[in-house]
Amino acid sequence: MMITGVTKRISAIKFAMLSPEEIRKMSATKIITADTYDDDGFPIDMGLMDPHLGVIEPGLRCKTCGKKVDECSGHFGHIDLAMPVIHVGYVKEIKKLLQSTCRSCGHLLLTDEQAKEYVKQRDRVEELTGNTIESAYISAESAKDASSRTTCPHCSAVQLKIALDKPTTFREEGHKLTPKEVRERLERVPDNDLVVLGIDPGVCRPEWMVLTALPVPPVTVRPSITLDSGDRSEDDVTHKLVDVLRINQRLRENRDAGAPQLIVEDLWELLQYHITTYFDNQTSGIPPARHRSGRPLKTLVQRLKGKEGRFRSNLSGKRVNFSARTVISPDPMLSINEVGVPVTAARELTVPLRVTERSLAFAKEMCARGPSPEGSGYVPGVNYVIRADGRRIKITDKNAETVAEAVESGYIVERHLVDGDIILFNRQPSLHRMSIMAHEVRVMDHKTFRFNLCVCPPYNADFDGDEMNLHGLQSEEARAEAKVLMRVQEHILSPRFGGPVIGAIHDHITGSFMLTYKDSAFTREETVRMLEKVVDLDLPEPAVKKPVEMWSGKQLFSLILPKDLHMTFKASICQNCESCKREACENDAFVVIRDGILLSGTIDEKALGAFKGRVLDKMARDYGPDNVRAFIDRATKLAVGAITMRGFTTGIDDEDIPSQAKREIDDAMVQAKLKVEEHIGAYRRGELEQMPGRSLEETLEVEIMKVLGKARDTAGQIAGRHLGLENSAVIMAKCGARGSMLNLSQMAGAIGQQAVRGERLSRGYWNRTLPHFEQGALGSEARGFIKNSYKSGLSPTEYFFHSMGGREGLVDTAVRTSRSGYMQRRLINALEDVKVMQDGTVRNTAGTIIQFLYGEDNIDPMRAVQGDSVDVDDVLLTVLGNEGEQIAKVREKGVVSYGIQDKDMLEPPETVESDEDADFDAGSGEEG
Amino acid sequence: MLLVSPVPRLWGDFEMVEESNVLEHELVPEHYVLPEKGVGKILKQYGLTKDQLPKIRLSDPCILALDAISGSVEEGMVIRIVRRSATSGVAVCYRLVIRG
Repeated sequence: MMITGVTKRISAIKFAMLSPEEIRKMSATKIITADTYDDDGFPIDMGLMDPHLGVIEPGLRCKTCGKKVDECSGHFGHIDLAMPVIHVGYVKEIKKLLQSTCRSCGHLLLTDEQAKEYVKQRDRVEELTGNTIESAYISAESAKDASSRTTCPHCSAVQLKIALDKPTTFREEGHKLTPKEVRERLERVPDNDLVVLGIDPGVCRPEWMVLTALPVPPVTVRPSITLDSGDRSEDDVTHKLVDVLRINQRLRENRDAGAPQLIVEDLWELLQYHITTYFDNQTSGIPPARHRSGRPLKTLVQRLKGKEGRFRSNLSGKRVNFSARTVISPDPMLSINEVGVPVTAARELTVPLRVTERSLAFAKEMCARGPSPEGSGYVPGVNYVIRADGRRIKITDKNAETVAEAVESGYIVERHLVDGDIILFNRQPSLHRMSIMAHEVRVMDHKTFRFNLCVCPPYNADFDGDEMNLHGLQSEEARAEAKVLMRVQEHILSPRFGGPVIGAIHDHITGSFMLTYKDSAFTREETVRMLEKVVDLDLPEPAVKKPVEMWSGKQLFSLILPKDLHMTFKASICQNCESCKREACENDAFVVIRDGILLSGTIDEKALGAFKGRVLDKMARDYGPDNVRAFIDRATKLAVGAITMRGFTTGIDDEDIPSQAKREIDDAMVQAKLKVEEHIGAYRRGELEQMPGRSLEETLEVEIMKVLGKARDTAGQIAGRHLGLENSAVIMAKCGARGSMLNLSQMAGAIGQQAVRGERLSRGYWNRTLPHFEQGALGSEARGFIKNSYKSGLSPTEYFFHSMGGREGLVDTAVRTSRSGYMQRRLINALEDVKVMQDGTVRNTAGTIIQFLYGEDNIDPMRAVQGDSVDVDDVLLTVLGNEGEQIAKVREKGVVSYGIQDKDMLEPPETVESDEDADFDAGSGEEG
Repeated sequence: MLLVSPVPRLWGDFEMVEESNVLEHELVPEHYVLPEKGVGKILKQYGLTKDQLPKIRLSDPCILALDAISGSVEEGMVIRIVRRSATSGVAVCYRLVIRG
């Protein structure tokens, strides 16, 4: 086996049931009274809080084992039931057994030959697949085969139909079977027949599924709480056991006193109810047992099941020490792999420092400072010292000096965080590996965690109140691993699409756009102001010396590019002209970088942006993580310098258009309305020409959608004529910083058609959307077309329609997040321990092959170039220079084709467009 | 050959499929029975036991077809599957035939 370092392996786990004898044997005491404590507050013997069951009060000793609290894990007791009761957890098995065995002789309803055949089959499957799940199917099959028999092959008794009346009542052709009868039948099943059904008779007899004794969990499992008032409050499980005991007692008394059959049966059923809810208080078919306050009790199954259950909340996930959580805020002056940690958090999160001969002096000095050293700035101190014998000593201001003296080699000193320490930083939901990354600490004033804005996309963070978690690493191995695998710069390229996830956003993009667009030039003062933000840059020779010294933006940007960088690509502002004019592009959209000098083109989202930044992509591949990190830091600082110097603002007046344009838009809207009415007229007169594959009504809808879609676009185009690049909102939209031309045309031009489920609005009142319209109205206003813009304001009906469209968007996102969350959970549970082995195979923990070669090509998607292992175009360009570029075709599709969304998923869309249907082209609005 | 009985179609007049072999369909990857010697080699190459291989059921249409073509395929045999791959062009994998 390839697994090494395993000294003990679990080969199998066997499940068995407790027999009544076993329950009594392991019981520390029999429980008979429903009372817990006497008047003096002492636990009653043979009550539910009997001291034999363990200790929960400090100072007392367990009466069974004599140990103290925390040493004694508790002991089970038991309740002898007056009458047998069915265990809800086993009803399915009981039903299977009753149906597949004879009602009189108890034999399995199969001939001996059939039974043997099934056993043989199962053994073979088990041997071949090593899979008990597969073999369980065969047991189930044999049970099914047996239950289809109507007469017993052994004693020829005629079998009756057994049905389960949920949750715990069995009926045989209408006649009710008491648990006692059920138990008698199960007792009759011979051991040999159980083997066929997949039960090991050595450890598990079916009659044990009908309880005659009930184990009582130790008090440590159901501790009572003493309230401030001195009152005792019992655990839900104890409450339920009290119920069981009470009814059990009454049932016994009535039975012994020879009470009428009816009363005994009623009590018996009540006992069944209490025991059923004691196990599972959410059994379907019976009302849940409630607390006096009306709150349903949390019984055994509820403790284990679901998100708040033992498994998901205490075993799969745990609370940890050395972690901190607070609000986040931005700091563009930090490097992307740093995190600003508040002093209060830094003093709480500690790093264990192993004292050796060499670090002795340092450790003593640190220790002497105590837990809150004074001094100018932040001085790290020590919270705890762990002695060589493992004793943990808390350092206080008083004992700091004395403990420091005692520190010697072998001690561990837990010192506060200092600048440069490596920690893990996380934001929920942790959907991908970039949700937890390693950062370097920068201890700072104030109370928030701070980090560089470029790291927002991988965490999907913003600063509207988001909080994040920080985890201090506690071992050298963990720190080394984090440093190698988890640091921010190692995650600039995403394994999802092999492009950068960390990069410039918002103002960074606007800034670099303004810095490099066309012939932007800056005076000496401006240049110095921009460059001073990027600490280690010297002022170059000016591009123009006369009449005044001027520096070009492209020149300044080139300063931070590596000296051997060659690139050619199209920027975000590219209009996708039919024939590209390349370097002569009038939009300055053709980016050419040679020998690290930006020759032409504008640096915008396509160059630096998170998700799309081609320069980042190339640098991450060719220059390594540390160089890109430095590049991102410098590029964004330069961009921030540029935008700060020029100043940048946007407001609703950016969407101001002349009244002439407004009139034009109104005209276009009237035209569209008339055209729609024309179509409706044609439809009403029966003159509309039907489209192939569509009904007449559908044809009309399609035509109307076409007209209205076009109308919205025209409005956008008219507005767009007056929105030029001197406009801040347009700059942002064009360079890819924020917003789109569609957003702008909706603000300045017209909002356009509202849609629910991809269709024009149609539901609401009888045959109309709102009582403002006539029944059967099909016109544009009546079906949710909004001719106004966000700026001009919506009419009441339009406002209502807009809300309808908007609501669908909200509901969609809510449904999508919950559904994808569940899908992710299942996927992770299925794949959590699958890994790629040294030989490239993908295997699970059993060593079973999942894939013979990882991804079938053994290529790490993070390092692949848009799915290919080698970027041929880039190689040609680098090796052959401009000549190579002739051969290579400039990659134009970009990352977009890989389904990347640059919009925040959680943000509701401004307007809900109909699906990107071919008929209603939402995309054409982009050319404003 | 695996026979697909010619079912008269209710709509249109398509050409009726007389008989077909699933393995000849363009979307079905190539299946081969791996000879005993090859099995040992593969297991050794990957350091596997038979039960650690991916599985394929005896009732799988491809196995039925293979059974008809190249003689009986039995439980415990290993099938070599060669399929087109979006990432590497051609990918090879092996499956253990199991009951069912």
